Amino acid sequence: MNVPFQHAGASQHLMIVDCDIHPAYRTPADLHPFLPARWREHMTTFGEHLRQGLSGQLAWPRMMAAGMRLDAFPEAGPPGSDLELMRRQHLDANGVEYGMLMQLSRGGMEERNLDFAAALSRAVNDWQLEEWVKPEPRLRAGIVVPQEDAAFAVSEIERRANDPAFVQILISPRASDPLGHRRYWPIYEAAQRCRRPIALHVQGYSGGHASTGSGWPTYYMQEHYATTTGMQNTVTSLVFEGVFERFPDLKVVLIEGGFTWVPSLCWRMDKHWQRMRKETPDLKRPPSEYVRDHCWFTTQPIEEPEVPAHLADVISWLGWDRVMFSTDYPHWDFDHPQRAFKFELSEEQKRKVFRDNAKALYGLT
Amino acid sequence: MKVPFAGAIDCDLHPLMPSATALLPYLDEYWRDQLVNRHIDRYSFVLTSYPPYSPLSARPDWRQISGLPAGDIDAIRRHALDPFGTRLAICNVLHGAVALFNEDMAAALCAAVNDWTAKELLDREPRLRASILLPVHNPALALREIERLAPDRRFVQVLLLAMGEMLLGRRTYWPIYAAAEKHGLAIGIHAGSTYHHAPTPSGWPAHRVEDYVAQSAAFESQLLSFLTEGVFQKFPALKLVLIESGVTWLPTLLWRTNKTWRGVRPEVPWIDRPPAELLREHVRLTLQPLDVPRGDPQRFARVLDHVGSDRMLLFSTDYPHWHFDGEDVLPDGLTDDTLRRFMIDNPLETYPRLRDGTVADHAVLRDNASASQEHVR
Repeated sequence: MNVPFQHAGASQHLMIVDCDIHPAYRTPADLHPFLPARWREHMTTFGEHLRQGLSGQLAWPRMMAAGMRLDAFPEAGPPGSDLELMRRQHLDANGVEYGMLMQLSRGGMEERNLDFAAALSRAVNDWQLEEWVKPEPRLRAGIVVPQEDAAFAVSEIERRANDPAFVQILISPRASDPLGHRRYWPIYEAAQRCRRPIALHVQGYSGGHASTGSGWPTYYMQEHYATTTGMQNTVTSLVFEGVFERFPDLKVVLIEGGFTWVPSLCWRMDKHWQRMRKETPDLKRPPSEYVRDHCWFTTQPIEEPEVPAHLADVISWLGWDRVMFSTDYPHWDFDHPQRAFKFELSEEQKRKVFRDNAKALYGLT
Repeated sequence: MKVPFAGAIDCDLHPLMPSATALLPYLDEYWRDQLVNRHIDRYSFVLTSYPPYSPLSARPDWRQISGLPAGDIDAIRRHALDPFGTRLAICNVLHGAVALFNEDMAAALCAAVNDWTAKELLDREPRLRASILLPVHNPALALREIERLAPDRRFVQVLLLAMGEMLLGRRTYWPIYAAAEKHGLAIGIHAGSTYHHAPTPSGWPAHRVEDYVAQSAAFESQLLSFLTEGVFQKFPALKLVLIESGVTWLPTLLWRTNKTWRGVRPEVPWIDRPPAELLREHVRLTLQPLDVPRGDPQRFARVLDHVGSDRMLLFSTDYPHWHFDGEDVLPDGLTDDTLRRFMIDNPLETYPRLRDGTVADHAVLRDNASASQEHVR
């Protein structure tokens, strides 16, 4: 379905980098070949041990087809599990030069049993490599690690560090502590050493804390929104705990958490930092400068102001070199590259957002 | 910039909190005994959100010699009312009673704080109005407090904290909103947390400045709660005032709720029009702390353009909190018409009870006339 280019967005001839693609298992048994027998049995007998009341389903049921595009269901298995369909429907049809895999489920990030988490992490990384990146070189994997076990996470990062199939490191922004906490610093040190960005994709599972400071929301519409407030909290923590001061080459990508809040958050952090700076004397610069130097943001689900050009104001405050296009394929709120932006981007802006920013960040040629 | 004309209505001012000892005369015998015998009367009831010596909690020139924040009645007049030509100011007494788990003790202390406020502040200074501090986590007790104080029209809103036990849109709390709507009281949500939950979805930040930055996320969550639960449909006359919330985060929320609603509206079918419209009608925000770089008027003008309404902002000093110096309380570059909206018109539209005795405003007279006819019917 090659749609002729009519709206502002990616030009027809511009190949794009999609910074958020979700592969899926046909069945959980897809992981079995990559798990030792002990953990295969554990997975079958006990399953994942998470911090929520419902087993094997989300506490806020999604709005349609479990949060999937209805047209993305293959003949067998869930959306995202069929590489052929992904190629036909998305990679080929939308001119995807590179696609970043976001493997969120069963990667161990939210698992309470840390030994099981480690086994899952290793298995999921092998599975990404064997089932996705090797058969489809346009795709790139993320090293999924359980952030609550930093020692294991570092070993897994080092194990993949020489493999160009893995371009970034995935941990959960809904960890058990705010991500600036020093218990996570070994992961940042390894990321800096291995020259991989830390990728933070919004998470449906909690690390043990309610999604708002006043407890749990009632509706999916709230939980969906809470991803953006959670991302603000995460950036705040990384900045004020001094992570960027400590790891000057660290890069962080925030995925699916929105980006129009970034200028406002920076203004607020700067204002209150100025007043409270004696509390965090290790910060040498205003918070906004750390964000500007260390953080990248993906576009989907893109904001749609009533006046479309208002979005251009925000991106100009944020920096056109810090925004990277993403579709979230095959999820229900997929953004189409030709229709995501409702205002006209310059050719240079298009190249940056749809391709060049991501290529530069991930070192893709 | 300074206020260009007199007559402002300051929608957020913090008097010095009474000591627990000062509240003893306002408590019944049982609670007096409890406070004294358990030495509760020696506690300060200062909220963790506002440590008294922290730079944010009071401007250097708005402190007592001891270093504690100022805010007795003379200081309020000298610091907060006279320099800004303020006609009316709404006092928000942020007392830690609301963070107690014992609901009866919280209710008794809230009532004492409110009675103290009436006697020590409102009776002594005609420019002052106040919010009713509510023991919100027991809605029956909260309702009792509203009904008890509603006849005193100097109380113009009820006061809740941004982070508490549960999100405030939930039906459990609706009796409070029904009573507020009936009595013409606004719902004021003030920055601050009871810390009954971690302030962020990934737990407890290390620094106070992080908690303070996170207040805006708490306000966003509360707006989503009021919106999705259908509070604005159920109580169409209700005004929700976000106090000390910051402002510049609002456009993202308007845009995002509009878009998400298009995808999820079967989940919340009572939301019958774009959320941004509902929010612009019902929600107000106080001006301080203004979270936009100073000295760049163009940027604030753009943000206001993104907000899409000049009806939502309410003038405030947030006295004695330290957000600006001298009398430089307003952002630069706004027209007198816009300033008049923030300083006078918007507060009057938000708080029906502020219109009492405001004879110069014909629209208000008209409203009051129709309201009293309503009452006669």
